Amino acid sequence: MTGNMHLGVEEPIRECQYNQICTHNSSTMDTPHTKKKKIKRKWQVFPGRNKFYCNGRIMMAKQTGVFYLTVVLILVTSGLFFAFDCPFLASNLTPAIPAIGGVLFIFVMGMLLRASFSDPGVLPRATPEEAADIERQIDTANGPSGPGYRPPPRTREVLINGQTVKLKYCFTCKIFRPPRASHCSLCDNCVERFDHHCPWVGNCVGRRNYRFFYLFILSLSLLTIFIFAFVITHVILRSNRTGFLSALKDSPASVLEVVVCFFSIWSIVGLSGFHTYLISSNQTTNEDIKGSWSSKRGKGNYNPYSYGNLITNCCAALCGPLPPSLIDRRGFVQPDTPQPVAQTNGTGACPSNQVQSHMT
Amino acid sequence: MISAPRTATDRTKLPYCHESFHNLQELRHSASLANKVFIQRDYTDGTVCKFQTKFPSELDSRIERTLFEDTVKTLNNYYAEAEKIGGQSYLEGCLACLTVYLIFLCIETRYEKVLKKISWYIQEQNEKVYAPRGLLITDPIERGMRVIEISVYEDHGSSGSSSGSSTTSSSGR
Repeated sequence: MTGNMHLGVEEPIRECQYNQICTHNSSTMDTPHTKKKKIKRKWQVFPGRNKFYCNGRIMMAKQTGVFYLTVVLILVTSGLFFAFDCPFLASNLTPAIPAIGGVLFIFVMGMLLRASFSDPGVLPRATPEEAADIERQIDTANGPSGPGYRPPPRTREVLINGQTVKLKYCFTCKIFRPPRASHCSLCDNCVERFDHHCPWVGNCVGRRNYRFFYLFILSLSLLTIFIFAFVITHVILRSNRTGFLSALKDSPASVLEVVVCFFSIWSIVGLSGFHTYLISSNQTTNEDIKGSWSSKRGKGNYNPYSYGNLITNCCAALCGPLPPSLIDRRGFVQPDTPQPVAQTNGTGACPSNQVQSHMT
Repeated sequence: MISAPRTATDRTKLPYCHESFHNLQELRHSASLANKVFIQRDYTDGTVCKFQTKFPSELDSRIERTLFEDTVKTLNNYYAEAEKIGGQSYLEGCLACLTVYLIFLCIETRYEKVLKKISWYIQEQNEKVYAPRGLLITDPIERGMRVIEISVYEDHGSSGSSSGSSTTSSSGR
């Protein structure tokens, strides 16, 4: 009795103490002169590992060093071409050469910046209510778990155009990934129609910027071949007049350009060819590497997303509708909506945790 | 289950009934959120944006099945129109490519135009069909095009029992 009365007396005091602690904490968090809360834009509270510039208009990956290298290489090589080779070529051959070169250069830079700066098709993470709803559905589907029972992995199977596709659950984003989406570990985002993470472009390549990436590598191949061919032409024409060594002495930049172009052509033209094959068969790099639609996996294995026609596949990839960004970078954060929790633990650690929670 | 603290309510307002809500403002201010129902995507046609038309059991007592299916089917048609690959999208794509995609600084894409139509349609549906029944549809674009979120509102008197019943009904599914 005394114990109960003791508790009975203690509890209201404890409640008051809790209240006091709460108000005390909240008052220390708000500094006296900034009573009004600063409204943030959504990019400032974005949970992924991305960098934003120009107040959310530009979105890139965290590591951008290689991207700057790409820009420098293109600018320097093209700059040297226009400065040292073009005057000779324009006066001796035709002024169309620097004109075409200029157009190609502008196109290359435009596509590169567009591929690097745009949202690749990042899927926003689930709101807490959505995540709870999915958890409920998974728990219901799994059924009761007895001792020694390991719940099946979190997958859903969907029949797409007659082909069974497994949708995987993303533990970081707390969603079932749509078909062809994948989680980029570098950017810590799920990306729609994930192709690959390109360090040269400084961004993921996904649904929204694949066509820019492809046009970039295609136009860069043309530009590289163009510069290579015309620098060689320039040196040959000069050496016809003054001899080979003095030609090289007169335009030393040509040597640098030829070296850069020679080594670039193999990789870039090869990459363009590879991506042309991917586009014509409507596959992503991710799917091709995993061999998802390879006939080696089984007799009935085929790509359910292909339109069957080479031309249609190409047109769909390059001229299809451009979907909008789903993450609304420049929108304002609503003060009453709870933000999805940012989790960066890898998928390797999570399944064991989930199993333990299921067992208890 | 400890329920979340409820916002301050005006107890002098009329108790909830289907006919008493005439606009969304009233709904938001006079009722409390009881539950959220999520309509998931239907991937059977590939990656095209399409939502399942299966009628969720939580809405059984709130809205007629045909009205709900009409809304979802109309939304699916809008999204199909936005993602349609045809003459107009090719023209738009080629023109944009020729202008190094700078043309999108001046004009908006067809997809964006259709999304505006969709948000207008959802607002109209909310005002005419869903708010009078104590429901509210959230535009899928605000949820990353993953789900159609339908918020179920209850009046204050029955909200305690309804939240309890909603949890039991969902676990029983």
